[in-house]
Amino acid sequence: MTNEALADLAEHIQENLSESILSYNITHGELTLIGKAPDLRKIVQYLRDDREVAAQTLMDITAVDYPDRKERFEVVYQFLSLSQNQRIRLKVSVAEGVAVESLVPVFKVANWLEREVWDMFGIVFNNHPDLRRILTDYGFEGHPLQKDFPLTGYVELRYDEELKRVVYEPVKLTQDFRRFDFLSPWEGMTDVQLPGDEKAQKPTVGYKEYKKEVRSS
Amino acid sequence: MNAKTNAASVDIQEETQIRPYTMNFGPQHPAAHGVLRLVLEMDGEVVERADPHIGLLHRGTEKLIEYKTYTQAVPYFDRLDYVSPMNQEHAFALATEKLLGITVPERAQYIRVLFSELTRILNHILNITTFALDVGAITPALWGFEEREKGMEFYDRVCGARLHANYFRPGGVRYDMPAGLAEDMFEWADKSVCEVIDDLETLLSDNRIFKQRTVDIGAVSEADALDWGFSGPMLRGSGVAWDLRKSQPYEVYDKLDFDIPVGKTGDCYARYLVRMEEMRQSIKLMKQCLEKMPEGPVMVDDYKVAPPPRAEMKGSMEALIHHFKLYTEGYHVPAGETYTAVEAPKGEFGVYLVSDGTNKPYRCRIKAPGFAHLSAMDFMSKGHMLADTVSIIGSMDVVFGEIDR
Repeated sequence: MTNEALADLAEHIQENLSESILSYNITHGELTLIGKAPDLRKIVQYLRDDREVAAQTLMDITAVDYPDRKERFEVVYQFLSLSQNQRIRLKVSVAEGVAVESLVPVFKVANWLEREVWDMFGIVFNNHPDLRRILTDYGFEGHPLQKDFPLTGYVELRYDEELKRVVYEPVKLTQDFRRFDFLSPWEGMTDVQLPGDEKAQKPTVGYKEYKKEVRSS
Repeated sequence: MNAKTNAASVDIQEETQIRPYTMNFGPQHPAAHGVLRLVLEMDGEVVERADPHIGLLHRGTEKLIEYKTYTQAVPYFDRLDYVSPMNQEHAFALATEKLLGITVPERAQYIRVLFSELTRILNHILNITTFALDVGAITPALWGFEEREKGMEFYDRVCGARLHANYFRPGGVRYDMPAGLAEDMFEWADKSVCEVIDDLETLLSDNRIFKQRTVDIGAVSEADALDWGFSGPMLRGSGVAWDLRKSQPYEVYDKLDFDIPVGKTGDCYARYLVRMEEMRQSIKLMKQCLEKMPEGPVMVDDYKVAPPPRAEMKGSMEALIHHFKLYTEGYHVPAGETYTAVEAPKGEFGVYLVSDGTNKPYRCRIKAPGFAHLSAMDFMSKGHMLADTVSIIGSMDVVFGEIDR
């Protein structure tokens, strides 16, 4: 699909859903719609039923965690239209603790995908028929894909010969967890803002968030 | 005495009424194809509800990738669906290349298609033969695995590993094919594997027992297949003519001649037939790749992404610096996001990659086809007999490496 055709399609969607679609962008030949979280069900129903969009399948639901943002999570939906041979990505932002409407009544595949998002990110889905954890252990605590969840986790388990069962223990690292800052020292210096160096350029995107994260951990 | 006999007769009456009971299938069961714990609510022999408990093989791949450079992330993709490793590397390589804005040399594209199709054959051999094993036929597994081993020798010769290849890298493939490999692969595709597929066909396609176990079992209509997010042979088995290699061609698929088999009935038998025909088409594709493959480089000529040749590093300081930087820091990928999918043997395997401009992915979501397929387990097995759930799992082609991630 050409970028013009995608732009036309985006315009068409925006015309019909002007109140629910905040904006759209086309990068790398892929269309991303940014929607309002409360209108999610309406948007998806439209994307599926409109003849020009005809998004017959929901391929994936996932989320991205941006701890610095006010609305921390971005829930990302990937749709595929077989008849139009095009993909559409829909994103909605939600704050921590705010529920998202479940898509199970529209697409059955959403059931497990939403369970996974709940398990990994802790985003609650309203009106989900069976919102249980799916990938983590029975009785697991925390949501592993949140950025502030440590890579090693909090507990480790081993078989205890005396108790004759598996026991959980807090993680013990024999060596401190290391996360190397691979950014070059020249880039690394720029946010110090040396006196007399006021003209210095701030580094490129993504750098600031990374730095903050390193400091806080 | 009287009271005692009365009590006994009451008990017998209660017992004659069969109560629905819950049964554990797995996590250690040979027909569960890995670590699937299936909690079945049974009414006699009939399944009333199937509740798959997954995650027993969850390793946190997505989280781990967030802490690794793009080069270090590639081997994780081999360990997802460990019977089709190269196809998954392919999805990640394509996604990274899209964000980097680079195009792979033509020879590398042919090699990638060649090995993707080889992987498809190996995957389908494994699936069909173990599926047959589940429903009672042992011979296909014995015959098929010999051929699979030959195919994995090609893996070995091209990258040094039988399973965890780490061969498709962002920017191309790691090494060029060694001398003589192309001839051997052609011979294998032309003769050896065809004979085995023919043999499998004679063993299974008209086999009365095999058909009794698969025809009309786990039938999925076209609308349901779409609703449940099916892809690959599961979708095509239900009569939807959809294949990413045809509809959204990547690499050199648009230059090659092949057909997409589509099933009619949507049951386990249709899915088996689709996979059988796909293997024949893959053989056709492999042969075309080997015939059309041009000479040339197999990695982009950009030392900011691809490591310089070892010989050059012995003499050139700059090449040495590039090598050092690539294997410590890695390359920085421009900020952006992409969802890139390939037609893996099991269906649409997608990678949603979010980059923030650093040397590590900000988020790498892995969309595994088997996850959606297994989620339909309850829907597909409802009302079937217990033995049919085994057929259904077998025809789904589940591998827990990719489902649990």
